[in-house]
Amino acid sequence: MLSPQEFVTDLFNPALSFLPKALFVALMSSAVCGVIGCYVVLRGMAFIGDAVAHAVFPGLAVAFVVQGNLVLGGAVAGVLTAVAVAVFSQNRRLREDSVIGVFFVAAFALGIVIISRSPGYAGSLQQFLFGSITGIPDEDLYVVAISSAALLVLTFLLHKEFVAVTLDRESARALGLPVFALDLALYIMVSVAIVISVQTIGNILVLALLVTPAATARLLTDRLGVMMLLAPLIGGFSALTGVYLSWSLDLPTGGTIVLAATALFLLAWTFAPRHGLLSRLWQLRRAAVHVHHAGHPR
Amino acid sequence: MTALSVQGLNVVLGGRLVLQDVDLKLEAGDFMGLIGPNGAGKTTLLRSALGLVRRSSGTIEVAGAPISKMRQRVGYVPQRHEFAWDFPINVADAVLSGRVRRVGWVRRAGVADYRAVNEALARVGMTALRDRPVGQLSGGQRQRVLVARALALRPSVLLLDEPFTGLDVPTQELLTDLFTELSQEGQAVLMTTHDLAAAMHTCGTLCLVNRTVVATGTPDALRDAELWRTAFGIRPGSPLLAALGVS
Repeated sequence: MLSPQEFVTDLFNPALSFLPKALFVALMSSAVCGVIGCYVVLRGMAFIGDAVAHAVFPGLAVAFVVQGNLVLGGAVAGVLTAVAVAVFSQNRRLREDSVIGVFFVAAFALGIVIISRSPGYAGSLQQFLFGSITGIPDEDLYVVAISSAALLVLTFLLHKEFVAVTLDRESARALGLPVFALDLALYIMVSVAIVISVQTIGNILVLALLVTPAATARLLTDRLGVMMLLAPLIGGFSALTGVYLSWSLDLPTGGTIVLAATALFLLAWTFAPRHGLLSRLWQLRRAAVHVHHAGHPR
Repeated sequence: MTALSVQGLNVVLGGRLVLQDVDLKLEAGDFMGLIGPNGAGKTTLLRSALGLVRRSSGTIEVAGAPISKMRQRVGYVPQRHEFAWDFPINVADAVLSGRVRRVGWVRRAGVADYRAVNEALARVGMTALRDRPVGQLSGGQRQRVLVARALALRPSVLLLDEPFTGLDVPTQELLTDLFTELSQEGQAVLMTTHDLAAAMHTCGTLCLVNRTVVATGTPDALRDAELWRTAFGIRPGSPLLAALGVS
């Protein structure tokens, strides 16, 4: 296994120029997913995240077949699916989760059919599904950097409206907030965050970047501001650890990043103050001791 | 001055006529209880008054202007389960969220907003708990947060959906006193409630609803048992009528 110093040396080795690029994309995307994932976790829309994640696939496939820009193709498909879900779930006869179930599998199926028409299909399919740290073109670095910055700025600008809608949709409507438009904006932001992450982590695992760091952060704090700072830090740390381990042990990048994030989640679940397992057990024990003393007056 | 006026309101939900030809007028300073059996359309009427329900016909006006233009003048207190209590936010910020439109897009809350929040918290007696996460509050404290959130807008009309459900008596009394005070200060207060006896006792005006307005008036003017039988389908000689002091 490589030591961290050797890893840093490799990062600056011009012959391995794909490595810093991959690390950059992984760090940016996990940080952005961490921030936006806070809304996903707090609104209980992990399933929508999953849907959008699968739905970007046909867009990536089309972009791959016509040799277009992958990020753009994925974003278009993700956004279209998000809009379809938002529109179709206005029909009250079907619950939103059923609508999502219909569309995201359909989109994924479409992606598989499209990509099967292109030569070299098996290899590229694997790359889409599981991610890869090689072959990130320079132009994608700019796309990732600019879209990440745009997403963070949008999050900052729309934050109080997103919070109001998440707290209470009816009252948000009564106040005159455009709830549907805000939902759509959030879905679109989730799609873009997913698309920029698909490169390194892969289509199947990308949901973990959106949900796991934010869920970990939620366990650690009762304050939204802190949560939205912790989640990208946790995501970024997972990405760094994941890329390092995957490079030095020759493991698949996406899987390693997700496992690193999951390990942090389990640590938080066990040791978190107030909400963690140990802390809850400790509180129970203290309460029991208290009852015991109260029951036996001296 | 007419604070809230509903005229000729018809609402169809799922192909069923839920509200028919509803007329309702609330003057500034009124404290009106909206009562009726389950499924009578109380909540639908309240939501229509907020402009949240598609109307087949009818107009909703606040201080003489259509509701769509007057949303910032109307405070809404939904039923407690409408709010995401597991959200990581403290009491003061939850109350501030009621002013999100007043603050405006892309802007941050200013001195006036925090002043309104402090004032609203003081009115409901929650100042001491302003920094507590909302998830740690009791049912009564939660209801007070929702009322404070509506008051933070300094509305001229306050609409409350079942504000007393599941609350202990001290909290009910605290809120009743508050609503009475607000109406004395000139706000128009309209609340739906299941607690008929309390409504008879505290509300200045009652509105009996069963898909349409069966009767409106002061509790004293509504002592005709026939009205209650029509609105609620209560049997003649029901102990409820005696409890309400209706004969």
